[in-house]
Amino acid sequence: MAYLDHAATTPMLPQALDAYVRTAQSLGNASSLHGSGRTARRTVEEARERIAEALGAKPGEVIFTGSGTEADNLAVKGIHWARRADGRNRVVTTAIEHHAVADAVAWLGDHEKADVTELPVDKIGRIDTAVLAALLDERAAEITVVTCMWANNEVGTVQPVADIAALAAAHGIPVHTDAIQAVGHVPVDFAASGAAALTLSGHKLGGPTGTGALLLRRDVTATPLLHGGGQEREIRSGTLDVPGIAALAEAVDHAVRTRETEAARLAALRDDLVARIRRAVPDAVYNGDPDNRLPGNAHLSFPGCEGDALLMLLDAAGVECATGSACSAGIAQPSHVLLAMGADPDDARSSLRFTLGWPTTEADVDALVAALPEAVRRAKTAGLT
Amino acid sequence: MEGVKLRVLAAMSGGVDSAVAAARAVEAGHDVTGVHLALSKNPQTYRTGARGCCTIEDSRDARRAADVIGIPFYVWDMAERFHEDVVEDFYSEYAAGRTPNPCLRCNEKIKFAAVLDRAMALGFDAVATGHYARKGGDGLLRRAVDPGKDQSYVLAVLTPAQLDHSMFPLGDTPKDQVRAEAEERGLAVARKPDSHDICFIADGDTAGFLKNRLGSATGDIVDKATGEVLGSHDGSHQFTVGQRHGLGLKRPAADGRPRYVLSITPVDNRVEVGPREALRVDRIRTGAPVWLAAERTGSFEAEIQLRAHGEVYPATVTVEDGGLTARLHKPAFGVAAGQALVVYDPDAAEGDAVLASGTIDASASSEAESLEAAGV
Repeated sequence: MAYLDHAATTPMLPQALDAYVRTAQSLGNASSLHGSGRTARRTVEEARERIAEALGAKPGEVIFTGSGTEADNLAVKGIHWARRADGRNRVVTTAIEHHAVADAVAWLGDHEKADVTELPVDKIGRIDTAVLAALLDERAAEITVVTCMWANNEVGTVQPVADIAALAAAHGIPVHTDAIQAVGHVPVDFAASGAAALTLSGHKLGGPTGTGALLLRRDVTATPLLHGGGQEREIRSGTLDVPGIAALAEAVDHAVRTRETEAARLAALRDDLVARIRRAVPDAVYNGDPDNRLPGNAHLSFPGCEGDALLMLLDAAGVECATGSACSAGIAQPSHVLLAMGADPDDARSSLRFTLGWPTTEADVDALVAALPEAVRRAKTAGLT
Repeated sequence: MEGVKLRVLAAMSGGVDSAVAAARAVEAGHDVTGVHLALSKNPQTYRTGARGCCTIEDSRDARRAADVIGIPFYVWDMAERFHEDVVEDFYSEYAAGRTPNPCLRCNEKIKFAAVLDRAMALGFDAVATGHYARKGGDGLLRRAVDPGKDQSYVLAVLTPAQLDHSMFPLGDTPKDQVRAEAEERGLAVARKPDSHDICFIADGDTAGFLKNRLGSATGDIVDKATGEVLGSHDGSHQFTVGQRHGLGLKRPAADGRPRYVLSITPVDNRVEVGPREALRVDRIRTGAPVWLAAERTGSFEAEIQLRAHGEVYPATVTVEDGGLTARLHKPAFGVAAGQALVVYDPDAAEGDAVLASGTIDASASSEAESLEAAGV
């Protein structure tokens, strides 16, 4: 079986799994005052320091959460709520955010009467900072928060987050960035980026599912989503998941330390995959930014084919990939990312995402290239329904 | 198809029948993939608890059944096609004063057309469903063993080519045995109630569903014999020929007997009523037939069925003027245009075989001069 869906989830790194199992065997609530509690707390604080160190943040800026989605919601809603005031009720987002951000913003619009501005992207999925600059000149006083992902989960385009943060900072507006696909894959330095808040998720970089973190600058306030024991600067209550946090730190540390060589290896495999697909299926279209993209991401459209049909045929041939991000009730919707990039709905439905990860080898690419032409031939016969 | 390993696409509604059908196809040695058809653009709108056939719960039930059976499972989005070919057809048939059968239309246009076509293009050899019907060794479509569950009527619209690529693994088994088998196989849907209602009308209120789309307009309810206006209604599309209840007539008939809808004329929004005797027909005319068996000419003796799970009538069927005319040997009552007339060749041993089907255009009693004169 060739697994080419590492952007959905990637296996835990052996050292992260080790850390998880080891820590899960020891007793202790990190908030308890006795010896067991102190041991657990020490594990958490060491994890916090390692993550901060790996990502250019201070330990006090790391807030552990139960998922990337939770961290995104906490940042977007929390900062908006904390900064909302008379005449200031606007959230600025982009047209290509993951649902964890996009739907949180939409909820603020629908249920909290927030104004929402969506920044457009160009044909390769890149935010136009000039549009943001013009918006800031006109409406800076109305804006509570700007949220822009570091790298897109579907097409892999890396965004000019530092430029965006600098523009917003000139007006005193905090920027949140969903860096779930970026951390461990492209260089991420929280302090250097100028962002006020940054989301990461464990299971996209070799850590456990159900772990995430928000890096939140100390001078930025976020109203909590969860109230309770007051953990994590009273911003995120809930008993700390000590084994999950230990494994997350192990994974972040490893992914960041080995990033340069691993990214080069994956980018070379990816470029080979794309070149071989284009030879095998000459009308395939390579989407996204050809240069500045996630190293393990290949996103292609196959004109006249339905992505769903291709996925099923490849699945039957032992090759696992994705059509886009997840869908409601199993019903595929044309990707909002591709639509924002100017694709028509039929083109948007004809695409597949192949994402490579740390276990990926040339054999996986071989399996895909062997199975794809027949899948495309059949899917073309079936056409678009 | 027995003994040959085929690539089979099992359409899984989330109900017990299609789950057992899929399991049986696996057991017969086929390479089976489960597919749930998403028929609503917004699954919330067709939500009908455990009874419908296209809710989020049903999709989940189908997925869990596929897990237990051990086959791959996907959801195919057929919402747009379903809306165009089944729901819109439903509206326009009622608007024209006819009574459509949406399940039959779904088989004709979706399950054994759009889905089958797509499956064939993607490399499948056949589509398996949980319908209760048999396919004989002669390739004919025959009634199921369980007379109470027989669904050959709603499958009679298939063409021979479509039938060739269809499998009905449940045709030889009574329903209670299918449930018991589901239980034995550990399928959680074993005790799920059967679906009865039209899946896209969530609350079962067909009149309300039609009124929402087709609007309401006050019209007369008229005694067909005397021309007397007996009452009013707010939309002729809410009625079906043969309907007795819900007429809202204040005064009883002079003879005290119940009155029935005899005809619906959408052009002047008029509903004519009268005694049951006036619903008697013994001649029925259809549009162009679909032949599932070898096409016939001239006249022949057969049995006909006029609605799903309805009565069977011996009749002389004549192929003429591009359609079928059935002369019934015993009268039928309340035959609605738009329903299917299905012609069977009776066969007690192997199961009655479907010869042909056609959509009912007109019906009349031999007392009327001609079908046209009957004004339907």
